[in-house]
Amino acid sequence: MIRLEDVHKSFGRQTVLDGVDLEIERGKTTVIIGRSGGGKSVLLKHIIGLMKPDSGRIFIDDVDIAQLNDRDLNEIRKKFGMLFQEAALFDSMTVGENVAFPLREHTPYREDEIRRIVSERLQAVGLTGVEEKMPAELSGGMRKRVGLARAVALNPEIVLFDEPTTGLDPVMTEAINRLIIDTQKRFQLTCVVISHDIQSIFEIGHRIAMLYEGKIIAHGSPDEIRTSANPVIAQFLSGSIEGPIKIV
Amino acid sequence: MNAISAALDGLGKAMMSYVEEMGRILLLFLSVMAWMFRPPLKARNIFKQMEFVGVKSIFVVVLTGTFTGMVMALQGYHGFRMFGAEALVGSTVALGMTRELGPVLTALMVTARAGSAMAAELGTMRVTEQIDALSVMAANPVKHLIVPRVLAGVFMVPLLTVVSDFCGILGGYFVGVHLLDINSGIFIKNITKLVDLGDIYNGLVKAACFGLILSLIGCYKGFNARGGAEGVGRATTEAVVLAAITILISDYFLTAIMF
Repeated sequence: MIRLEDVHKSFGRQTVLDGVDLEIERGKTTVIIGRSGGGKSVLLKHIIGLMKPDSGRIFIDDVDIAQLNDRDLNEIRKKFGMLFQEAALFDSMTVGENVAFPLREHTPYREDEIRRIVSERLQAVGLTGVEEKMPAELSGGMRKRVGLARAVALNPEIVLFDEPTTGLDPVMTEAINRLIIDTQKRFQLTCVVISHDIQSIFEIGHRIAMLYEGKIIAHGSPDEIRTSANPVIAQFLSGSIEGPIKIV
Repeated sequence: MNAISAALDGLGKAMMSYVEEMGRILLLFLSVMAWMFRPPLKARNIFKQMEFVGVKSIFVVVLTGTFTGMVMALQGYHGFRMFGAEALVGSTVALGMTRELGPVLTALMVTARAGSAMAAELGTMRVTEQIDALSVMAANPVKHLIVPRVLAGVFMVPLLTVVSDFCGILGGYFVGVHLLDINSGIFIKNITKLVDLGDIYNGLVKAACFGLILSLIGCYKGFNARGGAEGVGRATTEAVVLAAITILISDYFLTAIMF
């Protein structure tokens, strides 16, 4: 489904991705863990073509997207939905217009049909009667839910989540995790989640990959990761300040 | 010697970065041209921007135009009176407004009002990942965000210039005829005799160029903003400064070519 081969990316003299190899399975949730500022978001942006690698290949269904022009890349992007860290709702539009945006862009549906889908998607994330609200009027958790409704509006095959639970209270974190699990099951989605919330990782992930110093140092089932003998992973999961991960 | 070479080095670097920046803005312009003619037209976005750039700028443009015309009449009168040519005040105001001050002052006011807002809005969209969200949804950000703003700039600045020209001449008439007692008939006759349509048209062509410059630079700076609230603030300031400088420099060359 998604395959990264020897992906390198540097910004100036700082190397962020240093030969990433990763295969993401269809219909599963893969969580990518790693340190803050360790390149997880950069990796996610490569998967959806917002950034191009300095070298290496990124395959989506056997198409190398690093080589595509904008038009072909846009065709591939229609398979994707993405929930951004701060939801990235268009603040000049109402909630309803936000969720309707991809539908208006890419489908020939009539207005009443679009309105029906919008309210259905919002209901699926537990929101009703918020269509006319502006994003600024919503709480952080609500914005993320609207972001998720917008991300799945076009029935994508793949949904990317950039730190979906960062900055939320424990109850809302659990609610968002449930929502990710339910949405993944219902639409049989391939999900890629970036997170460093340890509890959430094991709750939602079918597969877990750890990015460290620009490389994927481990990739396996939650149990394999939990019992890993790798000192980096052990330190990361325990949150200890003693170990190979240096605090800078 | 070292100080001189360091100064030259700094000057060279500043020039290079200005030229590089202009090159990137030109590339953005080409991209805008390419996306402008690709359907769908997104008329709603375009009219929304036209309202923001045009309709909502009328008040400041009326105010600056009127007072500029008034002060020109006042200054001109004192100068012309020395050799008894007060009758030329009207035509001086009209020529000055239509050829030069109408387009330039309008463009500078719209830069301050709308160019800065374009940079701030797009900059905020950039740092809050809204522009990335557009790309992810396979919607081209240039088509959605920049094309409507550039079109609004190119069409609305000339229209605002017409308003500014009119108000300037009216302000000049008020000061010249009502306060300084110049004969109303002579005031108007000299305007119609010395100002031809070419003066007005060329002024409007200039205004369209300025509209393109201010909207393109505002969008470019916002689109490439980095680094949170501070980055957006920096982008906004840079947009206004760069657009104002570029308008004034290009004004000279446009004038040299057209008149």
